[in-house]
This record gives sequence, C-alpha cells and structure tokens, in this order.
Amino acid sequence: MKRLPVQKTYKLFIGGAFPRSESGRTYVAERANVARASRKDLRDAVRIARQAGVGWAKATAYNRGQVLYRIAEMMETRRSELVSFVSRAGEVDRAIDRVVWYAGWADKLGQVIGSANPVAGPYFNFTVPEPTGVTGILAPEPPLLGLVSRLSPVIVGGNTAVVIASEAHPLVAIEFAECLATADVPPGVVNILTGLRKELAPWLASHMDVAALDLTGGDGDAAELERLGAENVKRVVRGRPDGQSPYDIAAFLELKTVWHPIGM
Amino acid sequence: MTERKQDVARRAEKSPLTTAWDYAPAPEARDIVHIQERYGLFIGGKFVEPLSGERYTTIDPAREEPLSEVAQANKADVNRAVKAARGAFDGPWSKLRPSERAKYLFRIARILQERSREFAVLESLNGGKPIRESRDVDVPLAAAHFFYYAGWADKLEYAFPNRRPRPIGVAGQIIPWNFPLLMLAWKIAPALAAGNTVVLKPAETTPLTALLFCDVVRQAELPPGVVNIVTGDGRTGAEIVAHPGVDKIAFTGSTEVGKAIQRTLAGTGKRLTLELGGKAANIIFDDAPLDQAVEGIINGIYFNQGHVCCAGSRLFVQESIYEATIAKLKRRMRTLRVGDPLDKNTDVGAINSKAQLEKIVSLVRSGVEEGAELYQPPCKLPERGYWFVPTVFTNVAQSYRIAQEEIFGPVLSVLTFRTPDEAIEKANNTPYGLSAGVWTEKGSRILAMAQRLRAGVIWANTYNRFDPASPFGGYKESGFGREGGRHGLEAYVAMDDA
Repeated sequence: MKRLPVQKTYKLFIGGAFPRSESGRTYVAERANVARASRKDLRDAVRIARQAGVGWAKATAYNRGQVLYRIAEMMETRRSELVSFVSRAGEVDRAIDRVVWYAGWADKLGQVIGSANPVAGPYFNFTVPEPTGVTGILAPEPPLLGLVSRLSPVIVGGNTAVVIASEAHPLVAIEFAECLATADVPPGVVNILTGLRKELAPWLASHMDVAALDLTGGDGDAAELERLGAENVKRVVRGRPDGQSPYDIAAFLELKTVWHPIGM
Repeated sequence: MTERKQDVARRAEKSPLTTAWDYAPAPEARDIVHIQERYGLFIGGKFVEPLSGERYTTIDPAREEPLSEVAQANKADVNRAVKAARGAFDGPWSKLRPSERAKYLFRIARILQERSREFAVLESLNGGKPIRESRDVDVPLAAAHFFYYAGWADKLEYAFPNRRPRPIGVAGQIIPWNFPLLMLAWKIAPALAAGNTVVLKPAETTPLTALLFCDVVRQAELPPGVVNIVTGDGRTGAEIVAHPGVDKIAFTGSTEVGKAIQRTLAGTGKRLTLELGGKAANIIFDDAPLDQAVEGIINGIYFNQGHVCCAGSRLFVQESIYEATIAKLKRRMRTLRVGDPLDKNTDVGAINSKAQLEKIVSLVRSGVEEGAELYQPPCKLPERGYWFVPTVFTNVAQSYRIAQEEIFGPVLSVLTFRTPDEAIEKANNTPYGLSAGVWTEKGSRILAMAQRLRAGVIWANTYNRFDPASPFGGYKESGFGREGGRHGLEAYVAMDDA
C-alpha cells in the first residue's frame, strides 16, 4: 500500500518559535496554506527583535561570525530541501556561499569601517561602527538568494531583523527559518513573516521601534514606505537583490566617535 | 547630606565670587568689517539681483539694529542657482584635475585664515555669539575644515578603495544659524573636495558671513558656479529640496524640518544626509574630578548661548555628589559674563533671534510650571537686544518638557542617578542620539559607558570638542550621515557597490 506523506504546516518564525498567525488566517501560495501574518504578529515580531537586539549587539564579533557560519552549515545540510523550493539549484549554492562570505566580515568591520582620528589637540579620538537596531526587510526575489543577500549584512553587523518574505514564494523562507532555528541564532534576532505585503509593509515602515528599512524588495509602494519611515528618521536602504558588499553592512551601522583627553 | 558635603555647600555659598568682578569693557573694533547696505544672490560667480525682487532686513541681535538688506530667493532664483551649479559641474569643475581642485580648497583655507578677524567680528555681529568663541572656535575650525578636505580631493581612491569614487553632481545645502560660517565649511569643503558643485542657503537670521565668504570664493578664483549662495527663509530651503536638478541634499537644523525633508525626498532617489536636534546627557560620576567636570558642564551648556545641537542640556549627577556639584556649578555660573558679543571678556552673548528667545522663555516657563526649581545667577542684562540669563533647573523629572525637548538656549536640566545602569537607562531615554558626555576617572567605566550610550559623539572627561578629522553626526532622530573625517566624504561621493 502506498504510504501517505506527512505534510508540513508552514508557519511564521518569531522569537525562535514557529507560531501560526494570531489571526488564524492563511493564504494559498505555492499550493500550500501559508500563514498570513497580521499587524499584531508584526508588532510582536518587532518587540521581540528589539529585546533580542540587546544581547546580539553585545555578542563578540567572533561569536556573530560563527553563528552566521553555522547558518551556512545548516543550509548545506538542508540543501536538497532548499533546492526543491527554488527554480535553480545554483541559487541555493550561491546563498550558502554568501552567508559564509558575510560570516567572515563580522570581526573585520571595525578595522575597515572604523578609524583613529588625528585631531589637532591632546585627545585620543576614534570612530567605531555600531548596530543601528531593529531593521525591517522586504525580501526581494529570487526568494532565497534575495532574502539571504539582504538579511546577512543586517545581522552580521549586530542588528536584528523583521523580514517580510516573498509573497508569491514564501515557502523557501520558512524552510530557511528552520535552518536559522537550528543554527544557534539567538531567538528573535531574525523573525520571518509570511503574508500579504500590502497589509504588512506600512506597519513595518511606520513602526517607531524599527530603526532601519531595507526596501530592496519594495515595488510601487517603496516611496510611500520611505515617507512613513521618516516619522522616526529611519535609515532607508535600496540595494541590489543580489548584492554582496561590506558597504551593504555599513549601510546598517551607526558610527560612534569617542573623545578622551591625553595627559599625565 | 553628610556633614562634609554640607560644609562644601556652605563654603561655596559664602565664596567671595558671589558676584562677577568688574572688568573694563574690551570691545573688539568692528570697523574691520565692511557691511554693504544690501546684498544680492551669489550665483555663477557674481552677485545678482533677486528675481523675486524681495529683500528682508538682517540684524544685530545684541543691539536690535539693522545690519543689511538681504535677498529672499524664490523658486526662480533657486532655479537659476541650480543651473549655474549644473553648468559649472558639467563644465570646468569636473574636467579639473583633482590635484588642482585640492589647491583651490587650500587657497580658501588660507584666505579664511588671513581674513579671520573680519569673519570673527562679522559672525559675532550678525549672530550674537561672543567674539572669544567666533575668534577662537568658529573661524579657525572653518579654515581647518577646508584645509583638511583640500588634502582629500586627489586621494579619494584611498578613502574608498575598489569603489571608483566620483562626484554626485549638484549638492543643495541648508545650514543653521548657530555656527553660520563653520556649518558652511562643514558643507562646502567635503562637497567641493569630492568634485561636486553647491547651492548653499545660510540661515535666515545669519546670512552675512556666508555672503562675505563669496568674496573669499572670488579671491580664490574658483570657477564661476562652483559655489552659489542663495539667502532666504525656509521657503527658499524648500525650493532647494524640491528642485529636480539637485542630486543631493545636506541639511543641518531641527528634527521637525529634517523629517519633512526626508518625506519630500522619499522615492526620488536623491541622496540625503541630516544633522538634526539633540538632548545630550552629560553624566558625572562620583569619582570625577569635580572642578574639571563643572567646567565641562558650563562649556557643555553655555557655550554659544546653548545654541548647540550637541549641547549637554541634561545633566546627570550621581546622587552622592549631587549637593557638592550643584553648589560648585551655581558658584561658577555667578562668574559668567553675559553681554556684548564683541567684548573680549564676554562668556555668554545674545540670543540669536526674537523667535528663539520666545521659544526659550516659553520652555523655561513650562519648567517652572511643571515643578522644577529654577536658578539664575544675578546678572545685569543690556537694555536692548535679545538676552537670556544662564539658567539651571534642579528637581527635574524625566517627563518634564525641559528634560525631553531641545531648548537650544542656555538652560540646563539637572537629574540624578545612583548606578551606571540607571544613568544609561535615563540618558538613552530620548528619541535623540547626537552626543553625550561622561565624567569619571575609571577607564573601564568610560569605555563601558561610551559603548552603551546611543549617540554619535561621546566626550569622555571633556565636552564640545570639534575637529575636521573627527566624524560628527547622530543616532536615531538626530539624523544620519557624518560630517568630518574620512566618513564625512562619503556623503558627497558616488561609488560602485563592490
């Protein structure tokens, strides 16, 4: 007799757990019933991301680098599952390699982006990069490589993220969330919501605890989202869906300059 | 209060310095400055009549006397300035070798040094700041800024390796009235070093040093149109922001206006940097060298009449040294000399404008009404002009408006804390994040505090220090982008991503 396979329920990824939408709603995408996150889910995710940011920002760069590398390890382990959701296997390979590339940046950013500043006076003066805070990401296509390309620079710098996955292709994002859940990523550092962009994006863009927005995956509504973001002077980034650059990390970093007198 | 602390407090009260000593007036001569009766707009290398046909009077806020009539530029004027800037960008300026561009900037730095006295006197006349500050801080730093960025002009590929740095185009720059010439330097020097051309609008109340700077541009023989100066109020600024021919906007000013600019530019792809308001915490631990800390508090809030976005306007004192600190602070406040900005002995000059004075008065009134305790040293103010006595509020709650809102005047709010954690919690409890101060002799604590304070500039055992090599700019609602240092160049350079 033919065995009936067990089907997966696709849920949200918030605070390291996989809850259904509190609204109980789903929508159909890629022939599955996918959780349709509500405004309340989004606010929960932002709140948790903000809490998680305290510890993640304090983690050593070495530690953050290893966590990112561990994500790549978990993706490699689940490579065949990830491949089943994308149109080309190459997308998965590139996504894995991209995470590894960013993992290596964690403990080099301070040296490449920071500086010691020769001021005209008896002061020691230096500039260091620091995380901006909770970052909202509209994941661009392709659904895995786009998400990984925009998420990795955000978290390697010590920010936490609330991601709205591709509306049309959300399944690989949740599969990827399962990689995160088993990769020692502290709960809440990455939160992934599936659902309708139009319903969620304005709340993400206007949320006062969200410090930065990556609108690379935005389409016609990007200008309006940017306008909403001005209410708390959000840092708004529109990068390349397939970008890979230390300056994509720098876009989500603040620069802090410290002065101290020199004297005996 | 322990007996020893009571003793300190009592001795401070009885100090012979309860009233300021009499000083003979030592006014700086103002005849070094020639102010024209009226000014046009500086567009395409020469002064032109405003197409708007409108002018307004700019005054000396210390005497309420008119100094000159300046142009109120309208849309057509701004359009003309942007066209001149575009013409210069497409023409001679972008064809110039970077090493030649550098030499123009070096020239400007040198001319500013040569004419420093003239600029200092004019800055104090038009803005109300003490000549001691314009002479020793504003003008030398402005010259230093041009000198610093001059050197970058032909070294951009070392600042941004593998990124093919190139100019953006026409930069629209809008600056505030608190450091008119210095903010002009912060904006124009990096923009020109990177090969852009600029349209700059000085603040409505302080246009004169920017207009005198046009003569420096002339003396330096800068190609026409590379620097264009348009004067006017917020309407002129809005025209610059909205002009489609401007590729980049750099704004320093209030958070409210900054947000409006960000909204206007949303979706246009124009580049933007914002340096906005602040409500900085200045944190004094019980092991701090108290006399130095008190000097730091004074410099933090009364420098430039408190018209400083990074002013240390919220003082956090550790409870165990509260009485002693306040006693010393009040005693020191009684030695501050408020008065004629052109007098070399003046510590606190005139409030920049009537509108600003009214804002300060209204916020101070709210502080009293909400229950804070006000202290002002005995102080004789001139009869004419806009003045406000250096003020300190004690018994302030976090929720009071004077602890939340930027006053932009010589008004300090004092709060207390017990533990470093509490200091951090309170200091970070603001939408702003421009600067902060920490005073303690313990090195590890300085670094821990510096790490946890959410602000772009941290002054440890010092306050209000500036240098062209040192990046300056805010976290959170204090804006984004940096001015100064290698990081300050980034705002004016287009680059490859990788």
